[in-house]
Amino acid sequence: MVKSESKIIVVTSGKGGVGKTTTSAAIGAELARRGHKTVVVDFDIGLRNLDLIMGCERRVIFDFVNVIQNDANINQALIKDKRQENLFVLPASQTRDKDALNQEGVERVLTELKKDFAFIVCDSPAGIERGALMALYFADEAVVVTNPEVSSVRDSDRIIGVLNSRTKKAEQNQEVKKHLLITRYSQNRVQRGEMLSVNDVQEILAIPLLGVIPESTAVLNASNHGIPVTLGTPSDAKIAYQNAVAMLLGEEPLDASQKGWKSKLLGGLRLFNRSPA
Amino acid sequence: MSSYSNSSNDTTLMFQLKGGLYPLTALQLLGTDLSAFEQQLNAKIKQAPKFFHNAPLVIDLQKLNQASASIDFKRLIDILLKKKLIPVGVKGGLLEQQNAAATAGLPILQEGSRESSRNETTPEKSPIISTLPETPDNDTRHNHTRVITEPVRSGQQIYARGGDLIVLAAVSHGSELLADGHIHVYGPLRGRALAGVTGDNTAHIFCQSLEAELVSIAGQYKISEDIDQAIWRVAVDISMEGSRLHIRPL
Repeated sequence: MVKSESKIIVVTSGKGGVGKTTTSAAIGAELARRGHKTVVVDFDIGLRNLDLIMGCERRVIFDFVNVIQNDANINQALIKDKRQENLFVLPASQTRDKDALNQEGVERVLTELKKDFAFIVCDSPAGIERGALMALYFADEAVVVTNPEVSSVRDSDRIIGVLNSRTKKAEQNQEVKKHLLITRYSQNRVQRGEMLSVNDVQEILAIPLLGVIPESTAVLNASNHGIPVTLGTPSDAKIAYQNAVAMLLGEEPLDASQKGWKSKLLGGLRLFNRSPA
Repeated sequence: MSSYSNSSNDTTLMFQLKGGLYPLTALQLLGTDLSAFEQQLNAKIKQAPKFFHNAPLVIDLQKLNQASASIDFKRLIDILLKKKLIPVGVKGGLLEQQNAAATAGLPILQEGSRESSRNETTPEKSPIISTLPETPDNDTRHNHTRVITEPVRSGQQIYARGGDLIVLAAVSHGSELLADGHIHVYGPLRGRALAGVTGDNTAHIFCQSLEAELVSIAGQYKISEDIDQAIWRVAVDISMEGSRLHIRPL
């Protein structure tokens, strides 16, 4: 495999609890499964969850803050996934607070990771404060995770504004490539008018649609067992995440059966025609 | 505090300048005798003591337009502060009077819209913009109209100083558009729009779909709740007629 320029992808949302960590784990695992050496980095200092979702919470010795503060080198902190050989996790500290993150330290760690990894997935904390800003500052691309309901959409809109103005790329007059990932989607609730439709969300956020992940019991099962959704047993969410990663990599959509399922879910919407930004 | 980086690359901002709209009571001076003023003020406060407590006041010098009318602003400020009234600025009056006020530490506020007339028992309120966002000094364009082509996101604030503002995309909830001149939105207007912010009451606001949280022309504003449902989500032209906002379907 030809090693191209390493990519930093931030998974962010503004709103809390919409599925950032689930998505970071799912996307990271799927990228690794497809042969790309991938590391998922937890930026939620003090409220770390990524290690739980990835099933490596009992193997954390050193963390992101240790590496920034030079208490340990990066290889001592990286945890290799037992199921997927290309997949690594850089956990966050649970006892420090987010002031321990500083831009120079984060840059140094990311630069070192770029030497070895094709993809660096940054799992952002919720909000628009220091931790979230650090997670998105160095991003090349962003996955904006949004639930189809009003407060999540409002917060995602805000975070898109931040991605356009407070990133290194923005300072250099370049754009962070943004992708909309709608999570916890329920067609029934949309039909009953309880939830926003994919079109509603797209109309407000106006960024290309990466995918729609349905509300699924598979997600809770996965996190309870510490298995990323895309490494778990087959489920609707797993297929949706796999398709999303295919889209992220710029590939053609996968086989016809999955396409058929998508059409059924969205009532005939042409999901694979991404709308322009 | 644990290690905290202050490198020049640190993106943690310490402050932001924002525009705002705040109703303020104006105290219009009708004469220069500050002793009489103090007596009459005391009497007025006795009528409604709680109302005047810690109230911010704009001192209106409009009626003192003779050159001979000079005010000892320092004494005036003392009198007001003693009665727990807080002067936040002056408006109107002659240049010498404004300069004297500035020397005493009072900012000069731009003219707001004409106050709507109320009955005598309630004080007149004058909506005034308190602070406007900065724009770069090196802006040497002749025509200061700004054209925005990307959606205006929640939390963003755009100010067209000295000109109109034209937006060719959607304006999200939680965003703010300000202009010294007109505001034109070729899309849905869901945030706040304030036109004529430095006092131009001939400014208009145009949009393709009125879904705004607040609209204002020269300080006279209307919130979303007070906008007639009949013109909601409709293409409109908002202007000032007399002292009220008039919303007309396009």
